[in-house]
Amino acid sequence: MRLDETAAAAAEAGTGAADVLLKVQNLVKYFPVSSTKLIHRERDYVHAVDDVSLEVRRGETLGLVGETGCGKSTLARCVARLYDVTSGTVTFDGTDITKFSARRMRPFRREIQMIFQDPYGSLNPRRRVGSIIGDPFAIHRTARGAERNRRVQELMELVGLNPEHYNRFPAEFSGGQRQRIGVARALAFRPKLIICDEPVSALDVSIQAQILNLLSDLQRELGLTYIFIAHDLSVVRHVSHRVAVMYLGKIAEQAPSEQMWVHPRHPYTDALLSAVPLPDPEHAGQRERIILAGDVPSPINPPSGCRFHPRCPKARQACVEADPDLVPRLGDGADHLAACHFPVEDGEDISLSTPAIAAEQRVVESGLIAGA
Amino acid sequence: MAFNIQAAVDAGTVVGEAPPGIAGEPAKKIEGKSPWVLAWRRLRRDRAAMIALGGIVFIVALAVFAPVVATITGHGNLEQFRTTGLDPSGQPVRPSGTFWFGTDDQGRDLLVRIAYGARISLFVGVVATGVTVLGGTVIGLAAGYFGKLIDSILARFMDWLLAVPFLLFAISLFSVVQVHPIGPIKPGLPIVIIVLGFFGWASVGRLVRGQVLSIREKEYIEAARALGAGPWRIMFVDILPNLLAPLIVYTTLLIPVTIVGEATLSFLGVGVPPPTADWGQMIGSASGIFLYGPWWYLVFPSAALLFTTLAFNLFGDGVRDAFDPRGAMTA
Repeated sequence: MRLDETAAAAAEAGTGAADVLLKVQNLVKYFPVSSTKLIHRERDYVHAVDDVSLEVRRGETLGLVGETGCGKSTLARCVARLYDVTSGTVTFDGTDITKFSARRMRPFRREIQMIFQDPYGSLNPRRRVGSIIGDPFAIHRTARGAERNRRVQELMELVGLNPEHYNRFPAEFSGGQRQRIGVARALAFRPKLIICDEPVSALDVSIQAQILNLLSDLQRELGLTYIFIAHDLSVVRHVSHRVAVMYLGKIAEQAPSEQMWVHPRHPYTDALLSAVPLPDPEHAGQRERIILAGDVPSPINPPSGCRFHPRCPKARQACVEADPDLVPRLGDGADHLAACHFPVEDGEDISLSTPAIAAEQRVVESGLIAGA
Repeated sequence: MAFNIQAAVDAGTVVGEAPPGIAGEPAKKIEGKSPWVLAWRRLRRDRAAMIALGGIVFIVALAVFAPVVATITGHGNLEQFRTTGLDPSGQPVRPSGTFWFGTDDQGRDLLVRIAYGARISLFVGVVATGVTVLGGTVIGLAAGYFGKLIDSILARFMDWLLAVPFLLFAISLFSVVQVHPIGPIKPGLPIVIIVLGFFGWASVGRLVRGQVLSIREKEYIEAARALGAGPWRIMFVDILPNLLAPLIVYTTLLIPVTIVGEATLSFLGVGVPPPTADWGQMIGSASGIFLYGPWWYLVFPSAALLFTTLAFNLFGDGVRDAFDPRGAMTA
């Protein structure tokens, strides 16, 4: 416990020396989709996560942001071994768990927990709250009867629920309370890593703050490590020590939270940040929004080279041809990585750039222009 | 108390009543009303269902106290009254103070035999339905949860089973086992239960499989897997409780179908063999002679069958409405 606290302090101070709890290397997850052709069946694959590497340090919160369908939830489920990994490795606390069977995963289930997005869908409507929170004890056969009850009530108290309500059904709680139930269930074994899959995106803004504060209080008290998935950048900025931005199954940029905000290097990150609403209306009017053309391309047949090139205002021929490595750019520190051939300079306004690639490789509002 | 007021009722589930504490009086004991309690309350307000339940209780009492009926009338179940129960030309006698429902073609008391017949009908109705639902649930759960090859095999087997003409199969199986009994499969009750159970589970299996396919994608199933729950725990602790409502509805509606199925087999002479009292069998033998006068021989067993199936059907409808109040409002 003491070790965790010092690590948390180290991570918070921004020194990169903290020890690594989770290491993901070259993780790939493809989902097969069978084509509609009846006889000649070609296998297509959704490239949900494509060659992702990242590290999570003990005691820190790693924010994972990206649009819907960019693979962030898939990545989380691969880390939690809810999905089998296509290739690559997941190393948790020094152990390679990539290929572990359900039986060998069992002890690690206590160490890695998940908090889910939908507080309505993630609690079984037919079971009482006490039995839901007591599930971890029942599954791992660690406590039963009165002992289990006592621990369930402790957990409920820990997350700010009335322990007397353990006999109720999930339907009798509000969204925020339900999410607290989900948090209590995840905390049962004091896991080392908690994966929060958009834990607040289904909640009202006022309730979001409560849950976020609860999560950060728990992190401080219990020395937890979070992977925090969200599409709301202001939420991620609030909770994360480091942030990774995903686009179409790949990590576009990864940096300490504040550095990402001040010096975004990837044009995609820049565009995302420009979309965050500013609380001050006077400044909000002055800021230029970067509006990206088109939609995210299909992950079944992702673009060549840099996956962002069809929508990138700074795209050049090199972007079509070569996939940029995730490395420090423009003299950034070792912990600020960007996968971009032509990173954004400080103060540069990329909405003024025009792509210098052939028209058929670009996307406009109405979709791909074909030879126009 | 702020807690109670905050507690919201999810419109997406069956629970439709305010949590305790909102209705003014402070909650003394904090315990959520289970969906079962709520369904039972709705059921109790359903007058048709309650009358039907009374009918079911009556039939069950008739079956249980069949020997009492025999004692009161003084006529045994299999006793033939050749002098009093048959007229001089050997025809059944009409209802009277001695034989309240008249007699059958063997001079036996029809009322006593209907009471004993209720035993067979209810026994088959409950046991065969139980076999059907149990088998269908387990197989449907396995097919739906494991998917892939297991699902393909089981689902095709269910399709095949539903396509087999079950009456023809039952009749031919009966003629075969009459000559060569195959283990427990011999003429009489065993074959009725086996045939009805074997051909019935596939429809339950399909129902369960379909439900499991949608439930297993729910986030709470994923949450259970993230906690390390194995497939058996997920199937029986996490999925099954969500299936109980449709299963209970299906079961109550399946009982009358099974009772009629048993009567049909006995009517055709491939069910419960004489001299055991059985409604279908009585209707079968009455149908040959009722045109010559003894209408009571056909009417009373038929009325008993109708009364029983009607009671179960009405009750089943009530149960369905109680478990799915939204459907009841629109229907």
